Order: sequence, then structure tokens, then C-alpha cells
Amino acid sequence: MVVQVGAPSAFGPTEALAQGELERRLLEIGFVEGAEVEILHEGMIGRDPIGVRLDDMRVALRRREADAVLVRVQGAYAEAAE
Amino acid sequence: MSVEAPEARMSVAELAPDTTPAAPAAALRIALVGNPNCGKTALFNALTGARQKVANYAGVTVERKEGLAHGPNGETLRVLDLPGTYSLRARSPDEVITRDVALGRLEGETPPDVMICVADATNLRLVLRLVLELKQIGRPMVLALNMYDIAERQGWSIDLDRLSRELGMPVVTTVATRKRGLDKLLVAVEAVAGAAHEVPAWREPSAGELRAAHAEAERIRKTCIRPPSHPDTLTGRLDSVLLHPVAGVAILLTVLFLMFQAVFSWAQPPMDLIKSAFDHLSTLITQVMPDGVLRSLICDGIISGVGSVLVFVPQIMILFLFIILLEDSGYMARAAFLMDKIMGGAGLHGRAFIPLLSSFACAIPGIMGARVIDNKRDRLTTILVAPLMTCSARIPVYTLIISAFIPNRAVWGFASLQGLVMFGLYATGILSALAVGFVVRKVFWRGATEPFLMELPAYKRPDAKNVAMGVLTRGKIFVKRAGTVILAMMIVVWFLSSVPGPPPGAVGPAINYSFAGMIGHGLEPLLRPIGFTWQIAVALIPGMAAREVAVAALGTVYAVSGGEGATGPLAGVLHAHWSLATALALLAWYVFAPQCAATLGVIKRETNSWTWPTVTFFYMLALAYAAAFATFHIAQAFGA
Repeated sequence: MVVQVGAPSAFGPTEALAQGELERRLLEIGFVEGAEVEILHEGMIGRDPIGVRLDDMRVALRRREADAVLVRVQGAYAEAAE
Repeated sequence: MSVEAPEARMSVAELAPDTTPAAPAAALRIALVGNPNCGKTALFNALTGARQKVANYAGVTVERKEGLAHGPNGETLRVLDLPGTYSLRARSPDEVITRDVALGRLEGETPPDVMICVADATNLRLVLRLVLELKQIGRPMVLALNMYDIAERQGWSIDLDRLSRELGMPVVTTVATRKRGLDKLLVAVEAVAGAAHEVPAWREPSAGELRAAHAEAERIRKTCIRPPSHPDTLTGRLDSVLLHPVAGVAILLTVLFLMFQAVFSWAQPPMDLIKSAFDHLSTLITQVMPDGVLRSLICDGIISGVGSVLVFVPQIMILFLFIILLEDSGYMARAAFLMDKIMGGAGLHGRAFIPLLSSFACAIPGIMGARVIDNKRDRLTTILVAPLMTCSARIPVYTLIISAFIPNRAVWGFASLQGLVMFGLYATGILSALAVGFVVRKVFWRGATEPFLMELPAYKRPDAKNVAMGVLTRGKIFVKRAGTVILAMMIVVWFLSSVPGPPPGAVGPAINYSFAGMIGHGLEPLLRPIGFTWQIAVALIPGMAAREVAVAALGTVYAVSGGEGATGPLAGVLHAHWSLATALALLAWYVFAPQCAATLGVIKRETNSWTWPTVTFFYMLALAYAAAFATFHIAQAFGA
């Protein structure tokens, strides 16, 4: 589940996109707090970009951008992790 | 939006005759807005049929698509198809157009009277937020739930009345591909057209406002829409194969190979047909007209010019057949996903792969195909490097020189040396395209890395009629817009190569006495450092018309008949006249040289400015000179 969109990224703010701009773009494509995400696909090289299920949609993005989305493992996965 | 709007939906049938004047002085203007992949273009096609006009918005490369529709009472409506967007906070030039038209602040564009927000009925999550944003503009609006048949089949249950009340606008269901619901849609449009405009209150939303809008959209979605109990899993199942790191890439390469083959070989028969038809026409005129400048202008200038424009049409239409099929089925987004990492290394977008691949057949469809890239800088970079891919017009030049100078012997036991040289030329083209792309994006346009963030739409069966219309439109646009520029350039090249005519009693080929001859002789000192003879310099001028013309021109300059054949007498003559270093330098030159007026013409049309063809010409010329210079001197140092 998405906990925070626009989280400080380990990559640091990208040169072109101010932190707030990336946050708004992520929001516009449907990354919003409370949405469920699941990684469905990973690219061949460096497992990048990734394809994720976002509630009932599918969205592709690079890991660089995905890093600004903070998620919490929940449900069956969380139990398995504990 | 007036508060009466929800009622209007229930009573549109009675309202419509009163609210629409029998003969409107000015036709009602409708603008279509919506998310990408919502079937907006299909709805536009269904509403307007063939009555469409595609042009550019002034000063930008964004396409303006307008058409005429017939209203329920036979009146004419003007429909404008706006580029798809997720938000009015425009990020690309296309989205700027959508925003400015919607806000009524685009100069030279009359603001729309009514907006139709087109939504994919199976994917309403994001569009509901867009609807809420669009409402702030204060124009009368109708929501069209398109692809409603698919939504019904999948088992979506949508409370239309409730949705209409919540959003405060009529909601109409449509199936654009079967022309269902169009009358109801237009009746609803005319019913709201009279509603008073509200004061536009739109401003760029902050992240907090976006969240609030999401929450509101989500609330509306939950109250009005019940998802199917058994969601459609087809897209998921297909993606597990098509996006598989290994199988997916293999399938993509197969698709691309098929496409490349098609552009290369399916286009050949119609291209030959067009070529021979124009040759026949030319021969016919030669027989009936007296010799002279006029006949030369008609045959060698105009007819061969028109022919050289039309000869590209089959390739362009086949390429766009593939592109539109890939787009409409939803596969294009997957191809971009799979290719993003590789192309991204060169600073290019994942979607640049298809235009660049088709540039192997010809840079012209490739440059036109760069439209699939939304970001302006990504698109321009792709256009700039597309001519470096080895197009089929270079093949005659390469084969001529290779067969004349490279011995046909085997190396390492299995590979032919000639084939290896050919492969090397292709590889040089690809590597230099990636290198130039890298330099442009990392040095000149640094820091503009666009995020790769896109929806992977559900797979859909492309609609045959929409595909056919799209392909035809591309063909028409090419002939009408790029064709005129190309034709003009061809006539200039003809003029340079045949005027003035040779003096009476002159010996030697006529081209020597023309402007092209003079320019060639004038250029010779400049070209001597890269090992070119004056004959090569002269042949380069008519070669501007198209690369393969240089072969015929060399034949003319050396006064050899039958110069077209690669292994014919011309190869022997060249072998006798040139050193190996010269031949290799010419090959290196042709990897880079901007020797194609048509490419420059199409860049002018696609970028809507002379800046980019000029930039392309000079950067390629500089690379060609440098490569030929280096090749010539290195080869000489090795004793060639």
C-alpha cells in the first residue's frame, strides 16, 4: 500500500524535476496514498523499469521515479515477512 | 456548469429541438478531451467520418485535428480533437495545446462552446479527477463513457444517473467503433450548449489539491461504479508473457523484425510500380516533345520530382499501419517499456526505437514516426539521429564501391570480406546515431531527463476502420505537406545540374557545364584533403536529390553507360581512377553525409522550422568530412 507519494528519494531530486513536480506527476498518474501497489514486471537490464499494478490500473515507471513512492508491505506478504 | 445539467440528461430529447436554432449562424464548437488511450480518436472519427482536416497549430508541431459532424437535426457541428492528457497542468507541447484551448486562451483558436470529456468506461479512475479539474474551467461539459460495450461485457456496473448528479453534467454512453450513442451524445451537447458559462476558476493545482481531488474522485467512483466480480485477466495474462524479461524481448524483436521486413520488402512492388509509371510518363513526354530546357524541366525536374515524392508513400503507409496497430492494441507502451533501458543509455526514449528501426528502410517514415514520442526534446533528438541509420538508398552506393574495391574473399574461413565491410558500415551508422543522441541529450540538453512514467493500457483489438483512416491520413499528410517541400528541392537540384546547357560542339558530359559542374569544380579544393576527385565533387550535387542518384551521376560524369549496375562497367572505371583510400573515404562520407533533400524537407515539415534541417545538414556534413578525412589519411598511412 502506498504510504507516501513524493518521499525524499535516495537519488536526490532529479536535475530537471523539482521534488514537488515529480510528486504531482505521480499523483496524476494515480499514485495516491492508500492505493495498493504490486510489482508485476521488471525490465531485463538492471530490473529496470518496473511495471506495477496500481489498484486496478497498470503503470510503468523507472526505479528512479518509483523511489519517491514510500510503500508498506501489507496483507499476506506482511504476515509472511513476520 | 449550470445546476440544471443533470435534469438535462433526462430530458434532452424534448429539450433539443428548442435549444438548437434551425440554421445556426455559427456552428457549435465542440472539443474532445480525455486521457490517452480512451478511444477519443475513434470517437472523433465516428463523429466526423471523412470530414476531417489535419493541420498544425501555429508555431508548434502539435497536430490540430478538426472535423465536421452532423447534429441530430442535420445542423453542422465543428469538432476539435485535443491531445490526450491526464491533467491540465501541461507537461508536453501537446498538453499545453489541450490546456490553452480548454481555457480559451490559445491565440487564433475560438474557444469551444461545449467540451466532451471522453472516458474509457472500463478505466475511470484517473479520468474522474480530470473531469473535476475540467469543471473548474466553467464551460458546459458532457461526459462520454466510451467503450461501454466492453465495460458491460466485463461486468462493470455504472450508475449513470448518480454519476451525472455527482459530477453535475450529462453522462452519455458511447461505443465509438460501432457508432453507438453518438446521437444521444450530440443531443446532450446541444442541450448544455446554452448553459451559462461560469467564471473560470482553474489554476495549477498543488500536490495537496491533487490529493483532495483524488479523494473526491474516489468517493464518486465508489458510490457510482461497481467493478466486475470477476475482473478481466486477459491483459494480465498477456503481459506475463509479453513483458517477460526474456520472452517479451524475444517477441518484441520478432515484431520489429517483421515490421522492418514489411517496410523494406512489402513496399518494394508498389514502389517499383510508381517508379516505372513515372519513367514511362517521362519517356512518353520525351517522345512527343522537342528537345530543350522545357522538356528537361518537365521530365527530369517535375516528373521525376513528383515520382520521387510518391515513391515514399508505400513505405510510409506500411510503417504507419504497424505503428497504429501497435498503438491501438496497447502494445506500443509495452515496446517502450522493454526498450527503455537500452534507448535510455543513449539518452533516447523507449519509444524512439520504432522510428529509428524504420529509418533503416528510409529516414523519412522514421522521422514522421517520431510523433509517437510525446516529449519535445526526445522527439527532436530522435529526428536528428534518424538519418544516420543506414537507409536503403545508401545500399546502391555501398554495393558499387564495395564491389569495385573490396576483394571478394573469405575471412576467418566463413565470412565474406565484402559482407563484413557492409556490416561495418551499418554498425557505424547505428553506433554514431546512439553516440550523437547521447551527446545531444547529455551535453546540449542536459538535465532535461523526462521521467518515464506511463500507463500500461489494457489490450484492445484495433478497429479496422480506424486503422485504415489513420494510415490514409498519414499518406495524405505526407504528400500534401512534405511533398511540396521535397518537390521544390528536387527542382532546385535539377536546375543546378542542367542549367546552363553545354555550349555547341562541347565534348564531355553536359553536367560539367552546369552550375552543379561549376560548384563541383569549385568544391574540389575543399574535398581534396579527404581524397575526393573533382568527378566525385560534381556527382555529389545531383546526389542531393537522393543518395542513390549519386551512382547514376558518377556514371554520367565518367561518361559510362549502364552505370546503375553495381558490377557493371562503372565499377571497373572507378577502380581504375580511384585509390582504395579514396573509395574508403567516400564510403565513410556516405555513412554521415546529409545527401538527401527529401529527408531535410520532411524534417522541416515535422519540426515546423528551418532550424532543425539546417542543424541536421551541418552536423552531418561536419561528421562526414571528419570521417572521410580520417579514413583517407589512415588508409593512406597503411599504403592504400
